[in-house]
Amino acid sequence: MMKGAETNDPIIRVSELSVGFTSRAGHTIPVLRDVDLAVFSGQSIGLVGESGSGKSTLALAMLGYMKRGLRLIRGEARFAGSDMFAMTGRELEAIRGGRLALIPQNSGQSLTPSLRVGAQLSEALELHTALAESEREARIVRLLEQVRLPDPAEIARRYPHELSGGQQQRVAIAMALAAEPEALILDEPTTGLDVTTQAHILELLRDLASKAGMAMVYVSHDLGAIARVCDRVVVMYAGEVVLEGWAREVLRDPAHPYARGLLASIPKLKDPRLPTALEGRPPAPGQAGRGCAFVARCAIAADKCRITRPELVLLPSGARVRCHFPERVGDLPLCSTGAYAVREMAQDVILSLGDLSITYARTGLLDQVLGRKPVMTPTVEGISIELARGETLGLVGESGSGKSTILKTVAGLMKPAGGRIELAGSGPLPPLVENRRPDQLRRIQLIFQNPDESLNPRQTIAEIIAQPLKLYFGMAGEALRQRTEELLESVRLGVHYMERLPSQLSGGEKQRVAIARAFAAQPDLVLCDEVTSALDVSVQAAVLDLLDRLRRNRNTTYVFVSHDLAVVRALSDRVAVLYQGRLCEIGPAAAVYSAPSHPYTQVLLGAVLEPGPGPAPPQAAADVVELSPPATGCAFQRRCPKRIGPLCDSDAPPWRSGADGHSIRCHIPWQEL
Amino acid sequence: MLRLVFRRLGLGAITVGLVSLIIFAGVEILPGDACTAFLEREAQGKLLENCRNDLGLNRPAHARYLEWASGALRGDLGLSANGHKPIAELVGYRLRNTLLLAFCSMLAGIPLALFLGVVAALWRDRLPDLAISTVAIAAMTIPEFVSATILILVFSIWLGWIPGIVLTPADASIADFFPAVLLPVMVLTFVMTAHILRTVRSSVIEAMASDYAQMAALKGVPYWRIVFRHVLPNALLPAINVVALTIAWLLGGVVVIETVFNYPGLGRMMIDSISDRDLPVTQAIALIIASVYVGVNLAADLLTMIANPRLRTLHMRKG
Repeated sequence: MMKGAETNDPIIRVSELSVGFTSRAGHTIPVLRDVDLAVFSGQSIGLVGESGSGKSTLALAMLGYMKRGLRLIRGEARFAGSDMFAMTGRELEAIRGGRLALIPQNSGQSLTPSLRVGAQLSEALELHTALAESEREARIVRLLEQVRLPDPAEIARRYPHELSGGQQQRVAIAMALAAEPEALILDEPTTGLDVTTQAHILELLRDLASKAGMAMVYVSHDLGAIARVCDRVVVMYAGEVVLEGWAREVLRDPAHPYARGLLASIPKLKDPRLPTALEGRPPAPGQAGRGCAFVARCAIAADKCRITRPELVLLPSGARVRCHFPERVGDLPLCSTGAYAVREMAQDVILSLGDLSITYARTGLLDQVLGRKPVMTPTVEGISIELARGETLGLVGESGSGKSTILKTVAGLMKPAGGRIELAGSGPLPPLVENRRPDQLRRIQLIFQNPDESLNPRQTIAEIIAQPLKLYFGMAGEALRQRTEELLESVRLGVHYMERLPSQLSGGEKQRVAIARAFAAQPDLVLCDEVTSALDVSVQAAVLDLLDRLRRNRNTTYVFVSHDLAVVRALSDRVAVLYQGRLCEIGPAAAVYSAPSHPYTQVLLGAVLEPGPGPAPPQAAADVVELSPPATGCAFQRRCPKRIGPLCDSDAPPWRSGADGHSIRCHIPWQEL
Repeated sequence: MLRLVFRRLGLGAITVGLVSLIIFAGVEILPGDACTAFLEREAQGKLLENCRNDLGLNRPAHARYLEWASGALRGDLGLSANGHKPIAELVGYRLRNTLLLAFCSMLAGIPLALFLGVVAALWRDRLPDLAISTVAIAAMTIPEFVSATILILVFSIWLGWIPGIVLTPADASIADFFPAVLLPVMVLTFVMTAHILRTVRSSVIEAMASDYAQMAALKGVPYWRIVFRHVLPNALLPAINVVALTIAWLLGGVVVIETVFNYPGLGRMMIDSISDRDLPVTQAIALIIASVYVGVNLAADLLTMIANPRLRTLHMRKG
């Protein structure tokens, strides 16, 4: 069913497209500059780049849509031969959602809150198909089945807020597929989803695209996802296409310095070294200058690069690159250049968690009215871990696995249901922050995922960092100022940042301030909760490098929580894998990341997508996020691909120990895993 | 959800109770009482003593409060100081007249405000919006008595269409209030429309810029269908509460308008009772206005809850 494939014309062709806004001074500031691009039927193309590179703007322009404030400067975006920007409203309505559909970035906010899911799907069918109202219901159920949602008829009756993030994303996909479009635009469709959910959704999309011969434009900052789905890759930088080519080449041996830097800054599962940061940041719109936009960050820049803007040139490999010296790019490193050394750990224990369990008591309002007893589901159970001074423990698991909950409990923000938290030198800690002594508080610091929310927007950077100094050390005057400066420099921010407000900083800079604030307290233990998840990969590498340097200098202990297993590998000495609030596996990072490991760890690791196309990853048996752990037996019993039988349902699995303190909790003997 | 409703009802009752205490205490703290006001210069010696005995004013304050409050609960607001008439009877017609005024203003104002607010939002920063927003700001800043005077000048004095003052007695039938009621209705509509339309405008603008409105456009939904099906049901929820506040203001805050037009409503009755120092009547009216305020806001909260699927389905599925 290769619609539109009878001719050899591209289904989407963007030519000479420039889009921009008018600045307050009246200048035209381009956000997209001279973009040329063609997508053929049945082909999938990936758009990658850092935030602000213009990739989402380009994707929306393919639909003839620009966000408020943006306008077309020149060029066209053709779909099936006709320019989307020259169409009437009625023509656009017929194409959008019909022949060309969008899967939005944030499906939770992209579904209308006041309409049931079924009504929204029905609307898409009504607008773009000839189905009668009576036929639509059956079709909706089939669409929801197609995206593998359990109990589709029930899902259709729900409101968007009653679905989980993964379910909302699937609904958005079903809606885009409703009219059997010829091309799909996907704007970061799996960002924010668990790796396992992401793996399932990507397989689904690949499958659908190949069956229906759909063209796909896949926007993502995640090169791993792009590698899994796309035939061709377009790398965007500062509103320009800087590299375009076959996915295999672009992701293995890219011919542009920016793309190489990007690849080197991504942590890899198989590489225990810290990734190499791509220093600097992209120019703001309108600030790219006359020469090459990447010149300020480029290791091979020459005078020519500062003066003339390079054109896109065709290489013998068939790739197009915007660089004056593509022949020199090959010398630039593709992966981490750092050295890796196994760190020697001290033997003294700094933090010990003894049989920690945490419970959320959640009661529905109806239950409260009827006086029903709340069902106490232990969210986290039986966690016993000891951390040596200077060690970094990585906590991994899907969302809902309890990894952040454990951090919050250690920090004293949640009260555990049982067990103890002991900090060397301070004895067993009182469960809640308000009962802890100032010196106990000082020794444990927490860094949050989103610095936008954890930094007070009305305080200057100096005030933010000075707070713990005043609170714990009673510093004032010149001493306070000097210490604040030192701390800023230790996170590689200059003195000129002191008087700025958080809103004047980039995401990476804000996270550095949050790190400086944590270290101002001279903590023994720093709890990092997804601290790099909101950052671009190049910035993430720099923050990881900073965290590594600080712990080496100060012998600080980290508990590092992340959903990104490669990031955890890069920083952790030991890794603990959590499923449904129970430990499955714990051991030295190198051991956990290599076979043999717990079946759940294998599923998690298999779902991680890396740049460099490989075979399809193995997937968990049941593609669902479980709401509560089973009452008896192994927590992973329902999804385990290696389930051995009723034993898994009835008995809690035993701990099996290997070398170097590597332990796995499974019924299957070590040798057979 | 049911629990939430009961809690809101309970909180409303507590609020009214507290307000009644404050009203009573306020009147109690004022120098003088109903008898000194009624007897004026003769308020001394035996005469004052007798009057206080008659009205039961020499009993302890808490006993009088309990009697007043329990009476009010049964709908018995006591007797007025002037003429010893049952207050409930006196207030009855006045309340009806004020309700008539409020009802007519709402009937004209709410649809007008919704319409103009939506128009201003959809034509944001263009001529219709600039015109509507400018007039709205004028309506909110010009004092009511000024706009009232202007309307009287235009419609009664120049054109001579509608009488500039209401001479209808309080207990006349509703039909007798037309057309005299129209001028005060116009003034109230003017002010109230301005308040509501500004809220409607900003929440429609916000909803039009939302991800779901963008998604609907990119799914090929025609513009007007986006507006009516995707945007307005979500954007108008916040308007419910502003409408409620406006209604409460209409019932309690029409003092100026009723005075300007000599309209026999609750507001003017309150002014009269204060200048006559008829404290039982003042107390009763204050209590009525407070109850209306609480009641209308309660109704708005419940309506929001029913209209918002997020709140409505709270009890069904969590997380």
